[in-house]
This record gives sequence, C-alpha cells and structure tokens, in this order.
Amino acid sequence: MLPVINEYCVKQAIKTGIGLKAKINNKSVFDRKNYFYADLPQGYQISQYKYPIVGEGNVILDMPEGQKQVGIERLHLEQDAGKSIHDIDPSNTLVDLNRSGVALMEIVSKPDLRSPDEVNAYIKKLRSIMRYLGTCDGNMQEGSLRADVNVSVRIKGSTELGTRCEIKNVNSIKFMQMAIIYEANRQVDLIEEGEEIDQETRLFDTKKNETRSMRSKEDAHDYRYFPDPDLLPLEITDEFIDQLKSEIPELPDDKKKRFIDEFKISPYEATILVSDIDTAKYFEEVVSKMGKNRDMKLAVNWITVELFAVLNNKNIEIAHSPISAKNLAKLINLIKNGTISGKIAKTIFELMMDGDIDPQIIVVEKGLKQQSDPKALESLIDKIINDNREKAIEYKQGKEKLFGFFVGQAMKASGGKANPQLINEILKKKL
Amino acid sequence: MTDITSLSLFELIKNIKEKKISSNEAAKSFVDRSQKSKKLNAYVTENFENCLKLSKEFDNKPNYDLKLPGIPIAVKDLFCTNEVRTTAGSNILNNFVPSYESTVTQNIWNEGGILLGKLNCDEFAMGSSNETSFFGNVQNPIAKDLVPGGSSGGSSSALAANLTPVTIGTDTGGSIRQPASFTGTVGLKPTYGSCSRYGIVAFASSLDQAGPMSKDVKDSSILLEVISSFDKKDSTSIDFKRNNYSSELTRNIKGIKIGIPKEYRVDKMPDEIENLWKKGIEYAKDCGAEIIDISLPHTSYALPTYYIVAPAEASSNLARYDGVKYGLRSSGESLIDMYEKTRSEGFGEEVKRRIMIGTYVLSSGYYDAYYLKAQKVRQLIKKDFDEAYNKVDAILTPSTPSSAFKIGEKSNDPVSMYLNDIFTVPVNLAGLPGISIPAGRDKNNYPLGLQIIGKPFDEQTVLNIAYSMEEKINYKNNITDWWME
Repeated sequence: MLPVINEYCVKQAIKTGIGLKAKINNKSVFDRKNYFYADLPQGYQISQYKYPIVGEGNVILDMPEGQKQVGIERLHLEQDAGKSIHDIDPSNTLVDLNRSGVALMEIVSKPDLRSPDEVNAYIKKLRSIMRYLGTCDGNMQEGSLRADVNVSVRIKGSTELGTRCEIKNVNSIKFMQMAIIYEANRQVDLIEEGEEIDQETRLFDTKKNETRSMRSKEDAHDYRYFPDPDLLPLEITDEFIDQLKSEIPELPDDKKKRFIDEFKISPYEATILVSDIDTAKYFEEVVSKMGKNRDMKLAVNWITVELFAVLNNKNIEIAHSPISAKNLAKLINLIKNGTISGKIAKTIFELMMDGDIDPQIIVVEKGLKQQSDPKALESLIDKIINDNREKAIEYKQGKEKLFGFFVGQAMKASGGKANPQLINEILKKKL
Repeated sequence: MTDITSLSLFELIKNIKEKKISSNEAAKSFVDRSQKSKKLNAYVTENFENCLKLSKEFDNKPNYDLKLPGIPIAVKDLFCTNEVRTTAGSNILNNFVPSYESTVTQNIWNEGGILLGKLNCDEFAMGSSNETSFFGNVQNPIAKDLVPGGSSGGSSSALAANLTPVTIGTDTGGSIRQPASFTGTVGLKPTYGSCSRYGIVAFASSLDQAGPMSKDVKDSSILLEVISSFDKKDSTSIDFKRNNYSSELTRNIKGIKIGIPKEYRVDKMPDEIENLWKKGIEYAKDCGAEIIDISLPHTSYALPTYYIVAPAEASSNLARYDGVKYGLRSSGESLIDMYEKTRSEGFGEEVKRRIMIGTYVLSSGYYDAYYLKAQKVRQLIKKDFDEAYNKVDAILTPSTPSSAFKIGEKSNDPVSMYLNDIFTVPVNLAGLPGISIPAGRDKNNYPLGLQIIGKPFDEQTVLNIAYSMEEKINYKNNITDWWME
C-alpha cells in the first residue's frame, strides 16, 4: 500500500501552528525514518526531518510570578507507531497496531522550561490552545496527547545547558512532574559524585517512580533519514494559510485580554475562565443572557465557585452542565434585582439541577420571593423585639453580639425570604 | 484458422469481437500452450483453471465494448493480485497472498482482461537476466540456455513464446525494455506517473513504472491505453490528459526531429550494436524523420547514480519484510534474531547486496557524499534531456549494449550485469517514456532492439515513431518451439 498525505491532518497542523504563533512553511518534506521494530509495520516511519510543516513560534504561560514565554522550535507531522504493551504477558511484548500509521503532530519546544511547574503550565496551555482549535482533545489517558520529556541540570549561574536525557512517552502531567523531579535529582546526584551524564533515552516506571535507561547514545539508531519517494514535497500557498487563519477562533490569550477589557474582571478570574474553551463559552453565554444590568462579580463567582463545585463533585464536564447558562443567568439576575437573596439562591440552585429548571418557576412555585416590603418587615421585627425584650436590653447595654441573634430570628420568621440588607437596616434603627 | 496464440492482441480482439473466436477458446489455447511450455519456467503461479472459468463466464455474458474483451493475460509477479499469490520472485514472499489488487491489473480486469497467471521475474525486480529469481532461471524461447533478460524475464519469455497475447512488466532501470530487446518483442516504459504504482511490490519508488510488453507496437498502444490512469492512491500519479493511444497511432512522422546522442557510443560497444543503430537512423530517415546530433553530457554518470538511488530506496522499501506481518518467518531466539534469520533466508544474494549498498549510502556520514550527490547528478541528467528536447522530439539509441547472453555467463559478475542497463537507466532517472522495438539480429541470430525515448507524457510520439519504424524494419521472430516435448 502506498501512503497518501491526509489533507485534514495538514489543515490541523497548520491551524495548530497558527495557534502557536508559528511560521507556517510553504514547503515541507516527508522523510522516512528507518528502523526495525515490531511496532512499525513498514520498517520505517514517515516523518518530517529537515523541513517541517511549522517552524518557530511561542506560547505564553501564566505563572504565579508573572507571564513567561516558551519558544516553540517546530511542529511536524508523522505517522504514529504501534503501541508496545509490556505488562500483559510476562515473557512477551504485545503490539497493538491500531494507531499505527495514524497521523500525529509532534510539537518540539525550545529548552525554555525551568521547573516541573512550568512544564505543567506549558502542557496545560498547549492543551488549552489545541482544544480551542479543535486540533487535539488533549486526552492524555487515551494517548491522544503524550510527551517525551528532556531533562538536564546545570550548576546555578552556569549559562550552558547540561547534557540531557530524554524520558519517552510520559502520559500524564502528574507522571511528567514525578519523572522530572526524579530525573533531575538523579542527575544532580551523579554530578555531585563527580560523574558525567550520559545522553540517553530513558523510560519512566510509574510504579517504582523512577526512570530507567532504555538505550544510550552509542546504541542510538542511525535512522537513515531520506525524503520519502512515495510522497512529493508538500507545498502550501499563502491563500490556503490565510483561509485557515480566518477559520481560527479567538484563542485563550486574546480571549483573556478581551474579558479583562470588556467585562472588567481580574486577570486571575479571566485566566480561570479562558483556560478551557467550554468554560469560556459558558461564561460568555451567561454574560449575554444576563442582559444590560449585568453583575460580573456575581457571574464569575457563581460559575467558578458554585457551578465548579457541582461539576467537580459529579465529575462532569461544563459542556454537559446540569444547569444551562441561560438559567444560571436568570438566577443571577434574580439575585441582582433583589427578588431573592444569595442564600435562597443556593437553595434554588440545588433545585434547578433536577432537569435544568427555570429558577423563576421555582421562586413562584415554592414562594421563595424575597420580602423587601419595609413595612411588613418592620412589623415582623417589632414582634421579635417585643418577644425578646430582655435580649434587646442586653444589646443596648453593649452586648453587640446579640445583633446576629435578632437577624437570625427575623430570617427564621420570614422563612429565609426576608431581604437581609433591609433586616439589618431596620434592626439597627429599632434596637 | 491460424493458431490463436500467434495472433497479435489487436487481431485477437478483432476475432473475439467478430465472434470468430470465443474468450474460452482463446483461454484454452493459451493455457494449453503454457502447459506445454513448462520448460521455459515463465510462470511462478498459474491461474489456468480460474482463467478458463472466467472466460466461460465472459462468453455467457459477453461485453464487446470493452477494450480487452475476454482476453487472457499473464502478468509479471510483481503486481499484487487479489487472492492470487504474489511473490515478487522472492522466497520471502513465497506464501504471500494479497488481499487487494494493483491499480494497473485492476484496470486490465475492468476492461475485460482475465488473469492467466503470474510470471517469473528477478527477485524484487533486481536483475537483468531473471537469474536472481527464487523460482529459478527462465529460458529465452529464442534459443536454449539463453537468458530472457530481466527483470521482467518471465514476461518477455512468455510473450515471445506465445504463452500470453500481451503482458505487463515493470521497469526501474530497463526491466521492460531490456527483456523486450532480448526476446524480439516490444516493451514500453511510460513516463513516471503515467501508470499507478499502487499495488506493485516496490523496488525503487522514484523509478518504478509499469508498462506494456507486446509482440508489436500497436498492441502496446492498446494496452497502454488500458493501464495508464490517474490514481489518487498513488501520490506520484500524475493527472494529465491521456491520449487514445491506439486510435491516435499513426505512421506519419514526417518532419519529426529525432536526436542521436553521441555519448551513447560507449567504449567496447560491439560493432553489431553500432551497425544496428546506424541502420535504425536510416529507417527513421526513411520514415520522414529529421536526424539531429545531440549531446547528453552526463550520460556516463547515469549508471553509478542509479546504483546509489535505486538501492537506497530499495533498502528502505524492503525493510517491511521482517517476518512479523506476512511472508516467510524463520524462528529466532529474540525479535532481532528472528529478523536476521528471516531476512538471511528470505532474500537472495543480489537483493542482499543492494540492501547493503542502499543502507550504506544512506548512513549518517555517507548520505551527503553518496545519496545527496546522486540526487544532484540525477537532476543534471534530467536537465540534459530537457535541453535536448528543445531541439528534438525524441531520441534514438540502442536498447542494450549486447544481445541476450547465456544463463550463468554474467551471474558472478554483478558489474558486468549492471552495465547491461547502460542505455535504459538514464530514461528512468529522468522519468521519461521509452520503448524498445526489435530492429535486427546479431551474428547468432539473437534479436537486438532499438530504443526510442520521448518527452515527458509524450508516449504518443514514441509509439508513432516506433510504429512507423517497425513497418520499415519488418522484424519477425523465428521461434522453433524447441522447448516442447
């Protein structure tokens, strides 16, 4: 069988390149990387060696100490190899060829990452960008995002990077961090013992939490790269690239900036809201449904605190949220216009989850409308003060703590529906 | 009625369309003759019973609008045929039965052709005498113990012996044209990108090209028309407007300019080849062509360039034969041991030699000096032709520097074997169409061929020149059926 370049995958690679603010190469070449292994049915892997489809770009990370730019070296297309399975049979390695030959994007970063935390942020940012673009679902468990992690250490102040070791195929952010910490410590120990680091390929054993040597530089394959004669060089016009550019959605960095400018939310809040495209979509829908008299603070809080808690508890994605953005917007507006109190809102929120019920309906059906009629509240408070004369006197004598008691009584008497602000005001006046 | 098997394809089609011969009668004749010709060893796999069955089915429901109505055809065993064993002449594919069909053979079946069998060839098409085949030597029907050429040696032998009305071969460095020249038949290598490589066991991907082999030029034009097609499954297939080669075939080549490259007068070229060429020039003039001396200055680098590029690609293309997925598997103590034993036992000497050459020239440290340099020289060779085609429409050369040689004569001298492709290899490197037509005989009465090389995608001019020269040359093979009991 002969290989044919997959147009869809070329588009996905270019889109990702655009998302990485990278140079898209008008001409790229597919090469053969030759080596014998059972995971490679052809005896060679079609990859891009000298002329990748995407060149240099960068990614911005939001670190606690500020923003950090990480350089992208290149992005190239290649065929995935089969999956070697070492842990099913005690004496044999099994090979699953299902993904063999499927197109894969390899993104190579420059040696700019300095800590496991930065690696964590980098992977998350890459994943976020690719999910915005729809070019990778980022699912590490299923292997749709995997990483080869290169680690080197150097004496503090040294300008030259140390010899690196490559840890192959790490498939979770947690394992990545563990592997880096282990590997960095291993290298530091070696250097402190006066030994040299061998450039080698290593494997991370997740059970033992250690990295193991797979092959050293001396055993490294001579891959005998040469242009694949079955595939002609890939030529891409500027028009083609421009067309794809026009299809690119607003990406997290731009969205964040816009959220801050347009919605006057804090950079921290914006970062949380844009990190995942579905969260950003949900937030924007809530904002648009809230209408003119919108309350951003309420919106951000209800999404990042109340809704996130529910989603986390139930382990569901925001795209499948049990409460629609439309109904959450209504709930927030009910708070904003004083129809319900924040406390009642939480009760309603719980009820809404049972089939995405309109909060307005719950308010009416359960009679949860907030009591904001000052006269009615005054007579209610008069009665409470009358019933608790001694406590009122104690309060007047300076036992200020008792104020809370009266507020509680008033709320209780109103079935929780009394407008807490008004209760405060009236109590202060009457006591 | 004359013997069906001696008819040309054109005559056979005519007879079938006029219902003078049924498909089944034709199939029976070719099967019968093939069965009496086992000494030639032209077949690797026979498909005789199935061919007879399918020919009957054709006769029951004939479709005379097809270009090859019920025509039995044997093909080189390098084309994958669905559910019919495909060996590429190698032990390593001895038991390989493809689950898909090559585009070229599918095109033939779509036009009514019926598979007669799979024809012997040099192992993975690497050879010029058919002696590298795991399935043994093939006899040239011209004379006993004469090689039929290679790598499409089974094809040329079967064709010259009338075991098949036409056949298809593949040509990486001359594997269609040289065996055609050795057997007094016609062989055409089309422009690279004309015929899909999909389903052809790959030797050197940037050079491999399938093409027709036939008893006369007209038959090649009919078969080319069937097999040449744009194919999305082959990224190097080219979507150009293809002629109706057979209906546009003409002997009117008046005023056509034919170039004679001086660099093809190689050292130690036998006089009979020189004389054949001179005669060819006269024939061309007689046909009304204008003869122009040209220069292709990088010709002498073609063979070394070819023996870097082709083995390099082959070393990678043949990596898939590792005993894991299909084909031969030898038992080994570990994965690597199994690979080594499988490939040691599965490949023959010539294939191993080329894998080693190819691996070497691609190795780090040698890549620039060999492979990259060869690619640059290849461009220069291509440029030579481009420049020549500013002045001429086609080029006339001998097909081979000698006539067919004896079995065993060159098998221990690879370089002398490689030299046999000296006139054909540049055409593959430049991706051009080239045809070999029988043009005379040497002192032993063995056939000699002339090669006409054309501009890219200009198969029609190549065919027209060959068609008109063929008439003047009026060559007829004299086959005695010496191999029959």
